[in-house]
Amino acid sequence: MTTLSCVGLCRQFGALRAVDGVDLVLPEGSRHALIGPNGAGKSTLFRLLAGGLRPSAGRIFLDGGDITHLAETRRAQLGIGQTFQHSSLFLSMAASENIRLAAQRSLGRPWWPLPCSFPTVRERVEQLLGAVGLSGRGEAPVASLSHGERRQLEVAVALATRPRVLLLDEPAAGLSPAETARLSELIAGLPRDVALLFVEHDLDLVFRLATQVTVMHLGAVLMQGTPEEVRVSPEVQAAYLGTGQREDLFLPREPE
Amino acid sequence: MSSTPALNRRSLAWAAILLATLAVAPLWLPSYPLVTLTRILVFALLAVSLDVLVGYTGLPSLGHGAYFGAGAYAAGWVAIHMTQSATLTLLVASASGAAAAAIAGSVAVRAQGVFFLMLTLALGEMAHQLAESWQEVTGGSNGLYGIPAVHLGTIVLLSARAVYWWVLSTFVSGVAVLGCVAASPFGETLRGIRDNEGRMRALGYRVYHYKLAAFILSGAFAGMAGGLLATHQRLVTPADGGLGTSTLALFAVIIGGEASLSGACLGAALVVLIRDSLGASLGGRGPLVLGVVFVAVVYLLPSGLAGALRPAWRR
Amino acid sequence: MPDWVNLHFVSLLNGLAIGFLLFILAVGLSLVFGMMDVLNLAHGVLFLTGSYVAWFVAGPSPSWGGFLAALTVAALVGGAAGALLSLACDRLSRRTHLAQALLTLGVALIAAEVLSALFGNDVHSVNPPEALDRSVSVFGHAYPLYRLCLIAIGVVVAGAVHWIVERTLLGALVRASVSDRQMVSAVGFDDRRVKALVFGLGALLASVAGVLGAPIYGARPGLDVTVLILALVVVVIGGLGSVRGALLGALVIGQIETLGRALLANFASFLLFGALALVLILRPRGLLAPANGSRS
Repeated sequence: MTTLSCVGLCRQFGALRAVDGVDLVLPEGSRHALIGPNGAGKSTLFRLLAGGLRPSAGRIFLDGGDITHLAETRRAQLGIGQTFQHSSLFLSMAASENIRLAAQRSLGRPWWPLPCSFPTVRERVEQLLGAVGLSGRGEAPVASLSHGERRQLEVAVALATRPRVLLLDEPAAGLSPAETARLSELIAGLPRDVALLFVEHDLDLVFRLATQVTVMHLGAVLMQGTPEEVRVSPEVQAAYLGTGQREDLFLPREPE
Repeated sequence: MSSTPALNRRSLAWAAILLATLAVAPLWLPSYPLVTLTRILVFALLAVSLDVLVGYTGLPSLGHGAYFGAGAYAAGWVAIHMTQSATLTLLVASASGAAAAAIAGSVAVRAQGVFFLMLTLALGEMAHQLAESWQEVTGGSNGLYGIPAVHLGTIVLLSARAVYWWVLSTFVSGVAVLGCVAASPFGETLRGIRDNEGRMRALGYRVYHYKLAAFILSGAFAGMAGGLLATHQRLVTPADGGLGTSTLALFAVIIGGEASLSGACLGAALVVLIRDSLGASLGGRGPLVLGVVFVAVVYLLPSGLAGALRPAWRR
Repeated sequence: MPDWVNLHFVSLLNGLAIGFLLFILAVGLSLVFGMMDVLNLAHGVLFLTGSYVAWFVAGPSPSWGGFLAALTVAALVGGAAGALLSLACDRLSRRTHLAQALLTLGVALIAAEVLSALFGNDVHSVNPPEALDRSVSVFGHAYPLYRLCLIAIGVVVAGAVHWIVERTLLGALVRASVSDRQMVSAVGFDDRRVKALVFGLGALLASVAGVLGAPIYGARPGLDVTVLILALVVVVIGGLGSVRGALLGALVIGQIETLGRALLANFASFLLFGALALVLILRPRGLLAPANGSRS
């Protein structure tokens, strides 16, 4: 049962084809990694899927329904959750309040004008704090959290809305090995019915967690397969490590 | 340091003491200071309503006087032509403020940051023009004068004391309601929008609707304050809802500290005192001093007076 | 000439004159906002300062010399004020853009009060320079020569600003900053000096506009607010950071203010703000805003 998929997705900025005809299928419960060198179009693809950016061409489907023209807000309500490469949190608030804001939208009544605390929301906040390893740090203001803690909070906030599809944009960016290990456990422990697409540069993490890997290069899909297939592919190695000729990195490949 | 309003016992105790002091003030204050205090309370309600918009939702409005003016004119007109019931005129004032805010807000909240500021400035001027030219209803540039005293049941609100107590009770009710809203899930949602609107959208919040709701709520209480002005002054002029008032209200909120309702009240008191009372002894240059104080606060106290006083308060 | 144009010819010309005056006033505001995200709410008071300078230096019935002196003084005062304001705002550059706008608001209030203390609250009228204080015949209509000159000056200024922005290094920096601020400072240009220069030039133009506008509007308290609003509307409609946009916006608003008022009286204001609201809804970046990459 396919949760999220896209067909022929394109996005152009003037003459630059940031995303060039990408097809992707994300079944329920998948653990799908998106890798590629810098500038490959991964973040742009994420923004297209989440709804922050309009595609120039192509279509996106959620549970079979066409969501290509739906706004980001509507997609979030339909179950697409995302984290951001640079932590996007509510800086004037405490950690638990950040999660509460997210959980309130689906579990509580965010428009309620009287001071009130909803038990379901409270429980969810506690549960998530524990799940990301921040129990006891709930009252800490975001400004006082370390970088690693903020990345964990970022994931907690995204999980609070009970998304069906979770897009994680470089969740391990800037984390120490210990923190990365903890994140790895967290991701491994995500609910089985959530479809997960994550961008990562930490290839150990990718090979540990992912069941499917898509490699992007210069906006297009270079290869899709299992982690093993990708690891041994000479084309992927060339894209990452460079070839004899530097121009190959910058010019589009010649058609065969 | 979390910015949630402190509804703890200590601040409530202090609020109770302050309220008691204010309540008995007419018994020993001479007439002129009492009138000034009344004006402060009216203006403080306006400032608090603006703080909901500026401090909690992050929408800096430089045209809030328009809803204040709308409420004042509505209350005055109703008192002259229809009924002198205090509660009814106040309700009409609130409703007018809310209605004007609904119309203006539906356009204004589509903008953000300084764009929003510009738009509210322009809309406020538009309202001012309307007040100046709509002779039949607003009395044009002469204003709406001869507003009769309103009455609460059988009590006529004519004496300075009676008006003061009416203004005080309305002020307290208004601030209490807005305080509740600020501490509610709705208030939290607004603060989320202020902190990171993009993330709120990504979480599935329909940000436009929340911003519009905040705008209308804010306008309703600004209108209510305007109704109090009509009762207190018995005269409404276009200047009451003009850019001067809007600027002073914004000054009050910034000086007092955004996202602090008590700060807004403090700022309002300071603004009125500097501009009007102190102004007399400064050769009428009150606004100049106010400008200097404002610039100093912008530079030195980013969280306003409330922010500066808060660490001491927390001990 | 078509009847309708004939009937409203004078208003149309007035529209052009006011439009060019507004352009000279607003282009500085637009570039500063587009380049630095600073909304200079003191822009109106700069215009008013120019108007008072015209009255004070040139007197109610100025000669050529007097008027030119007034222009020079206003230019110097405006330029200096702009540079200082830029440096003041720069100290707040790590805070929000709102803080900077509020700073300019405070400065505007202080300046307005100082002007009121110096010059009183009466309206001071200024006549055009003697040589220009007469009417000429344009297509059979009598029209004040001064206003024709204003149109000519406006065209020259528009050309000059366009040349500076398109052909000089400073202009390139301005255009680059409007597009991508961080890149410009990353490449190594001294941000603060460029900002002070642009701010100063914009403020200089605003003051000069005040002198040029004195024969039309006089000098009185409250004028600063009126022109600030007009300038804001021009900038929003024309798009931030765009010289062409400022010109288009100014000419449109100029017509609405004159022809609009002649035809619709007070409804002209609503037309003005209606246009503003419409543009903000449909094209939030303005009618001719430059496409830019990374604006926060």
